[in-house]
Amino acid sequence: MVATVGTRTDSTSSAPARSSLRTRRRLGPGRPIRFGPTIGPLLLLTVWTAGSATGLLDERVLSAPWTVVTTTGELIESGRLQANLLTSVQRVALGLGFGVVLGTALALVSGLSRWGEAVIDGPVQIKRAIPALALMPLLILWLGIGEVMKVSTITLGVFVPIYIHTHNGLRGIDSRYVELAETVRLSRRAFIRRVVLPGALPGFLLGMRFAVTTGWLFLVVVEQINSTSGIGYMMELARTYGQTDIIIVGLVLYGLLGLLSDGAVRLIERRALSWRRTLAD
Amino acid sequence: MATHPGGLTTVAPAVRIAELTRSYDDRTILDSLDLEIRAGEFVALLGQSGSGKSTLLRALAGLDGEVAGTGLIDVPGAVSVVFQDSRLLPWLRVHDNVILGLTGPGAAEQGRESLAEVGLAGRERAWPNQLSGGEQQRVALARSLVREPELLLADEPFGALDALTRIRMHALLRSLCDRHRPAVLLVTHDVDEAIVLADRVLVLDGGRIAAEQLIDVDTPRNSADPRFAEIRAHLLGALGVTGEPREPREPRERSRD
Ligand SMILES: Nc1ncnc2c1ncn2[C@@H]1O[C@H](COP(=O)(O)OP(=O)(O)O)[C@@H](O)[C@H]1O
Ligand SMILES: [Mg+2]
Repeated sequence: MVATVGTRTDSTSSAPARSSLRTRRRLGPGRPIRFGPTIGPLLLLTVWTAGSATGLLDERVLSAPWTVVTTTGELIESGRLQANLLTSVQRVALGLGFGVVLGTALALVSGLSRWGEAVIDGPVQIKRAIPALALMPLLILWLGIGEVMKVSTITLGVFVPIYIHTHNGLRGIDSRYVELAETVRLSRRAFIRRVVLPGALPGFLLGMRFAVTTGWLFLVVVEQINSTSGIGYMMELARTYGQTDIIIVGLVLYGLLGLLSDGAVRLIERRALSWRRTLAD
Repeated sequence: MATHPGGLTTVAPAVRIAELTRSYDDRTILDSLDLEIRAGEFVALLGQSGSGKSTLLRALAGLDGEVAGTGLIDVPGAVSVVFQDSRLLPWLRVHDNVILGLTGPGAAEQGRESLAEVGLAGRERAWPNQLSGGEQQRVALARSLVREPELLLADEPFGALDALTRIRMHALLRSLCDRHRPAVLLVTHDVDEAIVLADRVLVLDGGRIAAEQLIDVDTPRNSADPRFAEIRAHLLGALGVTGEPREPREPRERSRD
């Protein structure tokens, strides 16, 4: 940030020489740079490649980029990568699915009735105060170390942001719209469909973005505990054999999955909230 | 009750309010107020800011459940409300806003007709925030009239519009009301607007109807008409705007300590 502003000051100070009439001091960071977001990662990749090529980076500390590429090829050829990827994606998808349904349902009940709020909101806030991963010992005791425990852990992590943000969205619906619904005599059903759900949607989608991040985070944790499949297991196994290349493949996979799912949520957000942006573009 | 323009003397009132009292905390806003509006009659309600116009209108709309008060309110079954803000749901397209809450197979078509009536045919699929303020308020009018109300309540519906748009809206509202003939209670702070639109103008002051004025100016009503000016002067007087500043009249028995 500081660097950007600094650069900008330099260019404005040279501007009067070009055109004295149109010069105006800009306080923003300036115009966006083409392919700006890719510059940082490319730089990192260059440093990594240079380090590996010159031997400054020990193979045992960090495998060379080309090793990672060939390892990826081998993992795909043997089918290990696809199988583990599928397992991981399944866990997150199930956990997200259950968590979203649970969080939304609780938020609706709690947002639409005072009794619901009295019963539900307290326990959820308490649950939020306890670091979700601290519940794992209990979950393992209750549910074992199989898929049920893994999906449950992700579900429990995911439903909290969904609940919090959807509930906030619900509570934030303009009371004037509620009044309008009364004057046009909306039925309770129509009220929920036409006013409550669309009104809470921005909050829900914000919660969704947090939920996706949380889902992957919890996946990493549950997959490193007593797993026999999944990306985390693949990485854990690689650790015992000192295969940094496989660990990096796993990291890249996690990163790509995180980026992809966040992008998907943002796409949905843009579509579902198109009514908001109509004046902006 | 005296003879009213249009010769409708013996029609049963569409709205009857008797001894209506409303208060916030210990402040009495409406104080044993009586009011009748005949079917199809256009009544404008003037009053200083804070005199309780909105309080009265909200009581008629049944939107004041939390406000303490007593009195008789007799209104028709079909009541529509237009607020100062258009109050369109931003996430519903214009057409869906108009038919909000309507059921039945004819609703969609009625919605289209209603939009055409306010001059917005073809804008059915627009989002509310793509419309200008005047257009949004026209959608709100369409939404209220598509329900064929017997009573239309409007709380400073043009208050947020520019003067030019407001004049156009006056003509539109008048023609819509002539066609649909609901009883109308229009709250406004604009004396000229009241005279241009209404059959009868009331002034709310001290918690009750302090003055009443039949508007017998020839149509189209022109503020240059001497009778128009006469009525305006009279109403401004009733509102306490006489050129010299005066203390606002408080609701009676407001403070007894
Ligand atoms: N919800 C409320 N709580 C307390 N006082 C209120 C409330 N609504 C209105 N009032 C008061 O009641 C008086 C009348 O308000 P209102 O009917 O809105 O006036 P008008 O519409 O004529 O400007 C004002 O003094 C206002 O401050
Ligand atoms: Mg008001």
